[in-house]
Amino acid sequence: MSTATTYRTCPRSGLQFEKNAESLMKANAFIGVVWLLIGGILAIGVVLTRWPAVHWLPADKFYMVLTAHGIDMLIFWIIFFEVAVLYFASSTLLRCRLATPRVAWLAFALMLVGSVLNNVTVFRGASSVMMTSYVPMMAEPNFYLGLILFAVGALIACFVFFGTLVVAKREKTYDGSVPLVTFGAITAAIIAVFTISSGAIILIPTWLKSVGIVHEVDALVYRTVWWAFGHSSQQINVAAHISVWYLVAAVAFGAKPMSERVSRMAFLLYILFLQLASAHHLLADPGLSTPWKVVNTSYFMYFAVLASMIHGLTIPGAMEVAQRRKGYTKGLFEWLRKAPWSNPTFSGVFIAIIGFGFLGGISGVMMGTEQLNMIIHNTIYVPGHFHATVVIGTTLTFMALTYYLIPVLFKREMVLPGLAKWQPYLFGFSMYFFCLVMMGAGTLGVERRHWDMAFGGSPLAYEWPGAAYLMMGLVGIAGVAAIGGGAIYILVTVGSLLFGRRLEDGEVSARFVPLPRAAPTVIAQSYGSAGFAAPGTFALARVFLISFVLYYFINWKYLSTLWGLS
Amino acid sequence: MSDHPGNHGDDEHGPVPFMQQLLDNPFLLLFLGVLIPMLLYNLWGVIDILTVPVTK
Repeated sequence: MSTATTYRTCPRSGLQFEKNAESLMKANAFIGVVWLLIGGILAIGVVLTRWPAVHWLPADKFYMVLTAHGIDMLIFWIIFFEVAVLYFASSTLLRCRLATPRVAWLAFALMLVGSVLNNVTVFRGASSVMMTSYVPMMAEPNFYLGLILFAVGALIACFVFFGTLVVAKREKTYDGSVPLVTFGAITAAIIAVFTISSGAIILIPTWLKSVGIVHEVDALVYRTVWWAFGHSSQQINVAAHISVWYLVAAVAFGAKPMSERVSRMAFLLYILFLQLASAHHLLADPGLSTPWKVVNTSYFMYFAVLASMIHGLTIPGAMEVAQRRKGYTKGLFEWLRKAPWSNPTFSGVFIAIIGFGFLGGISGVMMGTEQLNMIIHNTIYVPGHFHATVVIGTTLTFMALTYYLIPVLFKREMVLPGLAKWQPYLFGFSMYFFCLVMMGAGTLGVERRHWDMAFGGSPLAYEWPGAAYLMMGLVGIAGVAAIGGGAIYILVTVGSLLFGRRLEDGEVSARFVPLPRAAPTVIAQSYGSAGFAAPGTFALARVFLISFVLYYFINWKYLSTLWGLS
Repeated sequence: MSDHPGNHGDDEHGPVPFMQQLLDNPFLLLFLGVLIPMLLYNLWGVIDILTVPVTK
């Protein structure tokens, strides 16, 4: 066993951090937050330009800013932070050394160089091709090279994670199955390997085309394979943030999963089927057959939807069970009323769970239905949906996790705790509203990505109903409020690292302390679940299902009115 | 409701169910998690596109 490292036991959490893993987690999380800051500043340009009454940036600047905003937020911020989560879920939760720390630093360097190269190229102004960068619209070669370097680095980081699992198994730092949070991280890493491989398959020939070595990349093949990268990268987020939800349920309440077996099966459904949802981006494309579209979206995607609903039931359910054990048993919701709402780690995660399920989940299933997709395809409804999943779901969850990690990982006392307490509410609820009005405008047909929704001054100028302008104005107002919430997060996080009181390191040892059995054993895997020991959660689930059915019905009804067939 | 499954002194020597063997093998899961979408999404999709008849 390697002993060329040390293990710090955090006195505040009991977690054990291996030295190399701790440094890498800090570096990845910090750079992730830097990209969030840059992406957030760029969001000001996007929001104030799509707000019709303001219409701030000229067209060329708008498309450049939107390109950088999409890549920085959807790829760089989130994947840097996810790499930190992967190292946490392997080295820290399994109490083992990180496999090949030098290779992990190489991965970090590649990701950093790639992300900076990509952004510098975008800001040169000749690569405003959006995050999707559809061929034959070409960016400068370094745009693709930056993405490829970043992807290679992220792929290496995934294999460092898998290597760490092998180290833990070989050095017997845990007994039985890995903890559920680690299993969720395995799910995220598997999806990441598929995602990054798909990105490499299509971005490498596109880069070669940009330097003149390859002469043609088929536009539809590009779109198909690119979405295996572009959409699946958001599925990494789903698996990662759901893992964090399980972690926070344990941290905030001492909650244990209602049924490990069911939760693990739900993660297995993600591993097998979640990536296939990428096909919903291509439901309006010619060339791809109906069986391909139907199998990938309307059949197999529903297995992944089922998995999300399982997690959506079992995580709040586990919190409820833990609260009821503490004596909060009055009525359906005393457990929820007495939850630690002033703790931003909990409030952030709970707001993320509700927003992800009700706004992101329901709208995602609607979009994945081929017929209904036609109502909103390529409208601003689509960013409304993915801001609900990626911003409310993933970003808010990662923000909440940061509040937990500031004293535990960064060993600093949080500054401005009063402001931090309100941050998840400001950011989360303004994003709820932002997503709702975006989806409302999209349902009326307002285009996504477009600099000027009315095509003013062109022969194709279009007169939208007043409601469309109203909703786009509300998108602007809600967006500014959400950016304010994001700024508070940056202020608290960076302020704590720079000015927070330094906290005690805790005991440092040359040996790990083996993990007590946390996961179920062979027999326990077939153990029963908590059943309906969580009636409040079950009531919430019924509200969710009724909302789901009603929204589905409304959209079919809306679809039926688009063409006067009877 | 009973206590957390991991906390009771259960029998650890029973036969390992197939599903648990699968869930405890991250590399088998990795293989399946890459193979299935590569076949169903990427390969099938690209074959669909490449077999679209060319106009004459």
